Amino acid sequence: MMIDIQGVSKSFGTHKVLNEASLKIDRGTTCVIIGRSGCGKSVLLKHIVGILRPDQGKVFVDGKEVSSLKEEGMNALRLKIGMVFQGGALFDSLTVGENVGFGLIEHQKIGQRELLERVEESLCMVGLCGIANLMPSELSGGMKKRVALARALCIKPELILYDEPTTGVDPITAASINELIKDLHDKLKVTSIVVTHDMVSAYTVADRIAMLYDGKIIADGTPEEIQNSAHPVVHQFINGLAQGPITETLDHDSRIKR
Amino acid sequence: MKMPQQMFITIGQKVFYFLYFTGGMVNLAGQTIFLTFMPPYKKDRIMEQAKKAGFDSLPIVSLVALFIGFIFALQTAYFMQRMGSEIYIASLVALALVRELGPVITALVVAGRVGAAITAELGSMQVTEQIDALETLATNPIKYLVVPRFVALSLMLPLLTLYADIIGIFGSYLICVYKLGISSGMYIHVTFDALLYKDLFTGLLKTVFFGMIIAFVSCFEGFNVEGGAEGVGQATTRCVVTSFILIIMCDCFFTAIFYFLFP
Repeated sequence: MMIDIQGVSKSFGTHKVLNEASLKIDRGTTCVIIGRSGCGKSVLLKHIVGILRPDQGKVFVDGKEVSSLKEEGMNALRLKIGMVFQGGALFDSLTVGENVGFGLIEHQKIGQRELLERVEESLCMVGLCGIANLMPSELSGGMKKRVALARALCIKPELILYDEPTTGVDPITAASINELIKDLHDKLKVTSIVVTHDMVSAYTVADRIAMLYDGKIIADGTPEEIQNSAHPVVHQFINGLAQGPITETLDHDSRIKR
Repeated sequence: MKMPQQMFITIGQKVFYFLYFTGGMVNLAGQTIFLTFMPPYKKDRIMEQAKKAGFDSLPIVSLVALFIGFIFALQTAYFMQRMGSEIYIASLVALALVRELGPVITALVVAGRVGAAITAELGSMQVTEQIDALETLATNPIKYLVVPRFVALSLMLPLLTLYADIIGIFGSYLICVYKLGISSGMYIHVTFDALLYKDLFTGLLKTVFFGMIIAFVSCFEGFNVEGGAEGVGQATTRCVVTSFILIIMCDCFFTAIFYFLFP
C-alpha cells in the first residue's frame, strides 16, 4: 500500500496538533515517524485509518482519498490495515482468541475450524501460542501489545500501523517486538508505519525516518540521512540532548505552571 | 469589571454545552435507530444486554417496589382511616403505581444501575482506545455497542415496570390485609375494578421512551469521555443526573398528552 499525506491540518479546540503535515510512504517500506510525546504522531496515524478526519488537506491510501470514502469503501480499506494501539486496546470483555479473531468473526464468513487455525497461527507469529482462552486482564503489558499485534495480523493486512510498539515494555520484549516488525516486513512485504520516540527501535526497523515537530514533518530520509541531519531540532532529538531548540518550549511551559 | 465578563463566559459555555449535548444526542439517536433496522442483526448481543439490564435488575427493582408498596399503603391509610374509607387504599395504590410510580421509580433505578454502568464501561473503552480499535476493525461502534443496549433497554424497561407494578401492589396488599384488616378477596376485587387497560397501556408506553433516554444518554456520555479515570467518573455522574432530569421531563410531557388524549 502507498500512502500520501498532503498538507494535513487538525485542531482539537484551540490547540493545533497538525499543521500542514505532508509525507509520502512507498509500498513495502517501513517508515518510522519520530517526535516528542504528544506532538501528534498518533493523530497522524488515526488520519490514515480514517478514525479522524483532517480539517484541511488530504490523505490518500492507494490513490483513494480516505475522508471521501463511503462506509463500505472505508470498511474495505480498514480490513486491509492492521493497527496496533499503544496500550493494546484489547476488548476486555472478550477472550484473547475472540480479540485476535475479531475482524474475521465480524466480517468474513469462515468456518469455526479455520477461524481457530488463523487465530492460533497469528498468536504463534508473535510468540504466544496457546493463550487463546485467557482474558486480556490476565496478560502483562508486553503480552497485551503482542496480542494486539496478533489481532492486526489476523486479517492479513497490507499495511500495519504501530503506535509506540516498544513504549512501556522491558528492553528484551522491546527488542523482540523490533525483530518481529522487521520479520513481518521481510517475509510478508507489508508496508509499515511505526510511531515511536525510541531511537533504538527506529534505527532497527526503519527504511525511512520522518520527524514530526510543531505539527509539521520537518525531516524525512533514510536512517543515515537523519543521523547526519544538520537540522538543529532533529539533531537534538535523535541524540537526546537536554540543550537545544526544543528545550525552550519545555522551559516556557514549566515556567507557566510555576 | 471582571465579574460580569466571567458571568457571560459561564453562560456562554453552558449554552454551548447544551447545544453540543442536544446535537450529539439527536445525531446518536438517529444513527442508532437507523442501524437497529439494518442487517446484520446480532441477537446474542441483545440477549446479553437484556440480561444485564433486565434480569440482573430484578432484585433491586423488587426491593424498591415492595417498599414503595408498603410506604404508599401506610401513608394513604393515615388519611383514609380518618375518612373511614380504607378500602379505597387499594384503588389509589393500584392507580398511582401503574400510572406513575411504577414507571418512574423503575426508570430511575435502571438509570442509576444500568445507565451508570454503561457510561463507565463505554467511557473506559474510549480512554483505552478500544472504540478506535473497533473502528479500525471495520466495525461501527454504534452498531456494535449502542444498538444492543438501546434495544435491550427499550424492551426490558416496560417488562421491569410491569413486574414492579405487581410487586408494589403486592406490598400494599400485605399491609392492607395483614395490618389494616381488609379482606383479601375485597382488596383484589377493588384493585382490578380501579384499573383500566388505558392505565396500564399509558404507564408502560412511556417506559419505552424512558429506556431510550437511558440508552442514549449513557452511551453518549460514555463515548464523550475525556481525560482518563477522572473523566469516566464525571461522565458517569453526568449520565445519571441528565437521565433523571430527562426522565422526569419526559414523564411530565407524556402525562399531559395522555391526560388530553385519553381523558
